[in-house]
Amino acid sequence: MSMIGTIIVALKALRRNPMRAMLTTLGIVIGIAAVIAMMEIGSGSSNSIRKSIEKMGANCIMVMPGAFRMGGVSQGSGSTMSLTPEDCEAVLRECVNVGKAVPVVNARGKQAVAGNLNYSPNNIIGTGPDFLSIRNWEIGEGRAFSDREVDERSRVCLVGATIVRELFNGQSPIDCELRIQNVTFKVIGVLKSKGANMMGGDEDDVVIAPWTTVRLRVTGLKYGSATSTTSKAATTPSELYPGSGVALYPEEKDNLRTDTLLIPRFIQIDQIVLTATAPERVDAAIGELTALLRERHKLKPEDADDFWIRNSAEFMTTITNTSKVMTNLLLCVALISLVVGGVGIMNIMLVSVTERTREIGLRMAVGARSTDILRQFLIESITLCLVGGAIGIMLGHGAALLVESQLGWPIESSPGAVAAAVIVSAGVGIVFGFYPAWKASRLDPIDALHYE
Amino acid sequence: MLIELKDIRKTYFLGEIDVPVLKGISLGIDRGEYVALMGASGSGKSTLMNILGCLDRPTGGSYLLDGEEVGGADNDRRAEVRNKLIGFVFQNFNLLPRTSALDNVIMPLAYTAGKLSGRECRRRGVEMLERVGLADRMHHYPSQLSGGQQQRVAIARALINHPPVLFADEPTGNLDSHTSEEVMEMFGKLNAEGITVILVTHALEVAERAGRIIHIHDGRIVTGAFERGGDK
Ligand SMILES: Nc1ncnc2c1ncn2[C@@H]1O[C@H](COP(=O)(O)OP(=O)(O)OP(=O)(O)O)[C@@H](O)[C@H]1O
Ligand SMILES: [Mg+2]
Repeated sequence: MSMIGTIIVALKALRRNPMRAMLTTLGIVIGIAAVIAMMEIGSGSSNSIRKSIEKMGANCIMVMPGAFRMGGVSQGSGSTMSLTPEDCEAVLRECVNVGKAVPVVNARGKQAVAGNLNYSPNNIIGTGPDFLSIRNWEIGEGRAFSDREVDERSRVCLVGATIVRELFNGQSPIDCELRIQNVTFKVIGVLKSKGANMMGGDEDDVVIAPWTTVRLRVTGLKYGSATSTTSKAATTPSELYPGSGVALYPEEKDNLRTDTLLIPRFIQIDQIVLTATAPERVDAAIGELTALLRERHKLKPEDADDFWIRNSAEFMTTITNTSKVMTNLLLCVALISLVVGGVGIMNIMLVSVTERTREIGLRMAVGARSTDILRQFLIESITLCLVGGAIGIMLGHGAALLVESQLGWPIESSPGAVAAAVIVSAGVGIVFGFYPAWKASRLDPIDALHYE
Repeated sequence: MLIELKDIRKTYFLGEIDVPVLKGISLGIDRGEYVALMGASGSGKSTLMNILGCLDRPTGGSYLLDGEEVGGADNDRRAEVRNKLIGFVFQNFNLLPRTSALDNVIMPLAYTAGKLSGRECRRRGVEMLERVGLADRMHHYPSQLSGGQQQRVAIARALINHPPVLFADEPTGNLDSHTSEEVMEMFGKLNAEGITVILVTHALEVAERAGRIIHIHDGRIVTGAFERGGDK
């Protein structure tokens, strides 16, 4: 029998009992819908993660202070918080695989005030001029700050698009004033918009200022431990700030006013952000960094690192791994649903074979071979599964669209997933339709004709 | 000789007891004959017809159809024989429900080796329905046809592949006398066109239309096994 003829016969048989066919394929529909929705949401989010990483800078490396924690247990050996601007200087000077490096200090949760508006920016970052190129930020309007302004602790800042909207009503904020913690900054530049990051956070909700200004004027001062006996004291701040004075009265820190600033002996920074000279040098750079920082922090070989290093590729793997776990979980659900659906198909096909025993006998009586009968019932179950699969594809796509519109998650329709769904549903049809079809083909014509 | 049976036996094995139904049937039928098979109920007529129609296998003996041993052929060959060489008409018509008369008629073509186009299939189906006088009913479902019309559709289906021989097991058994007449005329016409017809009947007036009557009693042929009368 021709393929098309067989399919038409199969469709006619299904049309005889549309309700039953629908209920039978429900398992397949749900399974396929789950696969499709999962694939579209999964590939959408991994795509947006990749884009965020690219925005962040592909060979970006971050060094953070603190002992690396594993399972909630500190692996450090009593080491103190330990990143200093001098570390950053040393990294730039000594690590050949490091291209750019800047210290970063954070002042999260502070209010910013401009005119009669106030707003809490998500991020207030103190850093150096190279930060912009490391993190792929571009200046949309105005200018970036210079090394000299960092040295001078100038009260200048750059703002993101969200800040412009929230504090300046969308007007150009250049040369306007912005107050954070009673420190008045002059806005000298606006950052080009980057949009949402991989966590759905707003990247443009940011104020960037010289790190010296943020650390020393905004967030207050952090001293190295007074009881620390390590020889970090050997590095004098004057190396780093040629223009600055000597710390005279650190005990007066609480009374410091912005214009009578005194430089403490030990300043800590929250991060060093740096780039490798090339993406393939990232590992080499991390090796150098580790060795240098361990040496500078006077760690014994048996001591654990008192800092930790992350790079953007690693972020990508972490996030991809998380989404892989989710994906596999959903895949399991889909698989179970498909097996249940397949058993349903098998059941209904067995019923169908029994119901149509006389028809099978008649077809055999007029010349159908057992392979013809086998094929007819196999195609019938495949057709059933494919119809279910098609409905599942539409439902899954619909669900993904719903997630996109309601939750704002990025989705991406994937032709590969559709192809996989078609193959999987046909496969279910073959696997679970085979036994009933085989049973039908083994019937004896005379017995089948006389079946009551 | 078109059909040659030698010592055909059929025994049903029902658990402990063996039920011999055909106890050594030998007969010969020539091309173009019109043969009626008669006998009491339970004498084994249907069993014999099923063996002749390649629907059932004999337990012993040989069945030559057109010189070929088909009694012991493999299943696929027997399916091909049923498709190409034999037309079979059942007492209860056996049409596919919810399927038009035309689709019922062309159904066997789906299993014919040399593929025909859909249009060619339909052309042949219409031709067959014209031959049995039902061209105007080709889109009707079996449920919309009278018993006699249904049986004529079944005859058209049996003839779609132009088989040389047509078997019919009580083709008028489910019909009243008037429609029986219609159907029997059909068989007479087909035989006149050269098709060998073998049918089972209980009615003597039906049997008398045939050129030869084979009487069967308790699994054995009483008279009429070979053309020139007398048992061999
Ligand atoms: N599948 C079977 N299993 C066991 N015995 C059977 C089977 N089919 C038929 N028989 C027996 O074979 C005998 C002959 O049956 P068959 O149907 O050939 O009779 P028949 O001559 O066609 O009768 P009728 O005129 O009533 O149709 C009967 O006694 C019947 O009981
Ligand atoms: Mg009978």
